Amino acid sequence: MRSGAVAAVATAVLAATAIAAEIPLADRKSGYDFMGRETRAMQDDDTANPGMLWVLDGEALWKRKDGAAGKSCADCHGDAQTSMKGVAARYPTFNAARGRPIDLEQRVNMCRTDQQQSTPLPFESKDLLALTAYVGRQSRGMPIDIADDERTRPFLQAGRDMFNQRQGQLNLSCALCHEDNWGQKLAGAPIPQGHATGYPLYRLEWQSLGSLQRRLRNCLVGMRAQSYTFGAPEYVDLELFLMWRARGMPVETPAVRP
Amino acid sequence: MARALINVPAKAKRGEVIEIKTLISHNMETGFRPDNTGKPVPRDIITEFVCKYNGEEIFRAELFPAISANPFLTFFTIATESGTLNFEWTGDNGFSASESANITVE
Repeated sequence: MRSGAVAAVATAVLAATAIAAEIPLADRKSGYDFMGRETRAMQDDDTANPGMLWVLDGEALWKRKDGAAGKSCADCHGDAQTSMKGVAARYPTFNAARGRPIDLEQRVNMCRTDQQQSTPLPFESKDLLALTAYVGRQSRGMPIDIADDERTRPFLQAGRDMFNQRQGQLNLSCALCHEDNWGQKLAGAPIPQGHATGYPLYRLEWQSLGSLQRRLRNCLVGMRAQSYTFGAPEYVDLELFLMWRARGMPVETPAVRP
Repeated sequence: MARALINVPAKAKRGEVIEIKTLISHNMETGFRPDNTGKPVPRDIITEFVCKYNGEEIFRAELFPAISANPFLTFFTIATESGTLNFEWTGDNGFSASESANITVE
């Protein structure tokens, strides 16, 4: 009986070291909680948060007529403050026409090509960042709510697999840093848990606003792994998984990070 | 025109020390970075910022290439009378932007 209990404990310890444990929901922390006082103050004050410069640009773009259809975003969606409230908290979301999840950037570009009959905006262009920041801002403070159903499950699983997959010359996985070693230091900077709550966000290092895909690219380059082209399905699956992993946490868009 | 964000308290007591915060959208290209063909990207920065309180200059700053993009300047002044604060940024390639904010002093 006693040896049985010891064996059970031994197996449990072995299992814990072999498989990275997911962070319990109550122990999750936003990247905000790892920042210094000054950077937090910058994010909290709308007149000090540089991300708000993009939000203001997005507000102007929202009302600007564009494309062969001569329509603006507002012509279909009206006032973004009501129509876009909570939308970013649900993205990436399953798109029936594409048969797979799409992120907010892809959604904006679908509207541009299909509704406005205009050209898609390039990834990381000022206009696309401005529009996604403006739409994201309307969900600030709302809990992230990613659908976990039959349609999204295979893509969530693909994202989860990518998150746990060791890759690159350094043989690292996302989970190795952001689940097993969060709170530790990497080159002097704290390792956050990697919850994508505030994208697009202003990184002081970038001196600009950037999308989640830009951040993922950064991580992959750091791991000496091959990065994907912007808009690749692999990125969207990973974005979907990351947002599901941050479910219930408040949207911070546009966040500020060091 | 470049987008700017200004934070000035709408109301203040006479003699009170008030904080003024300004943020402006600008690349602040240093002039030291090469482009992808190896040629240096020409310098394009804001070089000067001036704040006037009812026409009187109360704060001036010179900016240099080491200052980050989207410069955020914050400073203090004493609320003396109701009126307008004018903010003016000037820089390379004829860059010029201005904003104003009103304050009521009681």
